[in-house]
Amino acid sequence: MSLPVIEAPALRAPALHIDAALATEWLIAFLRDELVERRNIPRAVIALSGGVDSAVVAFLCARALGPENVHCIRMPYRTSSPDSLVDAQTVIDALGCPSRTIEISAAVDGYLQFEPEAGPRRRGNVMARTRMIVLFDQSAKLGALPVGTGNKTERMMGYFTWHADDSPPVNPIGDLFKTQVWQLAKHLGVPERVIGKPPSADLEADQTDETDLGITYLQADRILSLMLEGFPDPKIVARGFSEHEVRLVRARVESTHWKRHLPTTAMLSNTAINEFYLRPVDY
Amino acid sequence: MPPLPSLKVAVIQFKPSKGDVEANLATLGSVFAQLANAERPYDLIVAPEAALTGYFLEGAVYERAFEAETLAQRLADLWRAQPGAGRAPVDLVLGFYENAGGTYYNSALYLQIERTTHRIIHIHRKMFLATYGVFDEERFLSRGRRLQAFDTRFGRIALLICEDAWHAISATLAAMRGARMLIVPSASPGRGFATGGELESVLHWRNVLRSYAVEHGIFVIYAGLAGFEGGKGFTGSSAVVDPFGETLVTAPALGAVVLSAEIDLSDIEVARARLPLLGDLHAVLPDLLSEDDPEALAGVAPEIVL
Repeated sequence: MSLPVIEAPALRAPALHIDAALATEWLIAFLRDELVERRNIPRAVIALSGGVDSAVVAFLCARALGPENVHCIRMPYRTSSPDSLVDAQTVIDALGCPSRTIEISAAVDGYLQFEPEAGPRRRGNVMARTRMIVLFDQSAKLGALPVGTGNKTERMMGYFTWHADDSPPVNPIGDLFKTQVWQLAKHLGVPERVIGKPPSADLEADQTDETDLGITYLQADRILSLMLEGFPDPKIVARGFSEHEVRLVRARVESTHWKRHLPTTAMLSNTAINEFYLRPVDY
Repeated sequence: MPPLPSLKVAVIQFKPSKGDVEANLATLGSVFAQLANAERPYDLIVAPEAALTGYFLEGAVYERAFEAETLAQRLADLWRAQPGAGRAPVDLVLGFYENAGGTYYNSALYLQIERTTHRIIHIHRKMFLATYGVFDEERFLSRGRRLQAFDTRFGRIALLICEDAWHAISATLAAMRGARMLIVPSASPGRGFATGGELESVLHWRNVLRSYAVEHGIFVIYAGLAGFEGGKGFTGSSAVVDPFGETLVTAPALGAVVLSAEIDLSDIEVARARLPLLGDLHAVLPDLLSEDDPEALAGVAPEIVL
């Protein structure tokens, strides 16, 4: 007699599913705690790009603080895609929150006229950093806290401008992979055209994130998830990824640890800040 | 005096103001006022781990730690200051950072407060100091070295703090040493949103608490810290579980609440008659351990090694 054999399923790629309703409730509580309870600043100011990350953050802030307390700032450069402005407007319209459009072209070009040989990467970095100058100044003007919009995928891949996109003091989505941000966006009711469009930094013409990165977000997120849990590369490949993809993601992560830290400070004492002298951020 | 058959329990779930001991004592005072006014007096009040300061203190733990006697006096005074508090004694369990003569612990004290006197019945010092991932306790704190069950006016009780209770052997040893009630002050930062309805870390807590209650026929009282500390959200989810494994009352992960439950200690005998696993363990443990290491029996099976 032979018995039926029940095989354990083969190793599969992680689904990265989140309970979006539960995560939303959690992130609303986080935003209220950081802005209202801890800082007594019940207003947020957000750089609204027209992409899904900033849209999700705007929706979360509107739920946490009320839409009237969420200031959305659009900051186009003269080469930015007109679609970005339109997409951002759909978010503003959906939320009914106060908004403003501040062109950064004059500020960016005011500097770059002295650096005519600057290539696309340098120009993009100047735009990103100029946007943060505007965002923090609007924060001071409006009495509103800048809220960050960087997701975990771009943070892990180092796909952001250091001390620009990552500079707001509070970020509700920085521990969510891009594919999880999409899930959250659907749950929150972010306009479909914003969720469905190809993600882009919109710093150069016809730029898309996935072309820049050389991998789709879905694949990158699954690989990153396994890497962060500590699985070695062969075990990740065994789950159905190509060696090329795994190497690509690993190289990105390994070359950008510095972007996820504060500046390196020479230590000379027994009281070096954040080395010996340790106090939590909310103390 | 024989142990009381039943008692009324309150679990205080709240978010302390970070590092602000006086503000947190004031918060506790206002909750005490609420509890002292109850029609039937509360017998036992349980507050979470690090309730006076918040959990993540890093180096500030040395600035905010209390000597147990000083804290006991403050808590007793605070309780007695509330109208109605003098009607009956109350027992209080609270987690705090302890300065024991210059050695620092993550501790919980069991304090009995009478009309004019008070007495520390027991201090448990956390043994399993969480030092991985987001946790860094052992960098700042010393490890407790003893897990004891101690006698109270409600019978024998044991305290476990947070990770202490993630090790099944802690609950097992507590029960074998006679604890009929396990009290767990905790501060558990929530993580894991993949499952439906509840955080994965909360589900894990619920599972382990229920499994200890059922396996040993004991009451389990869990007091969870709530609120966010620098992006880390504590998952509250305080609960009272009976010896049948039923959750009598539980709190949500978010928010400040008081749980209230009346528990009947005679349920322990009923549950143990139905499922006598603890008795079986007492009988079999010597055999389980003897081939490996007879000395490991010391203190584990009291009827074998006293």
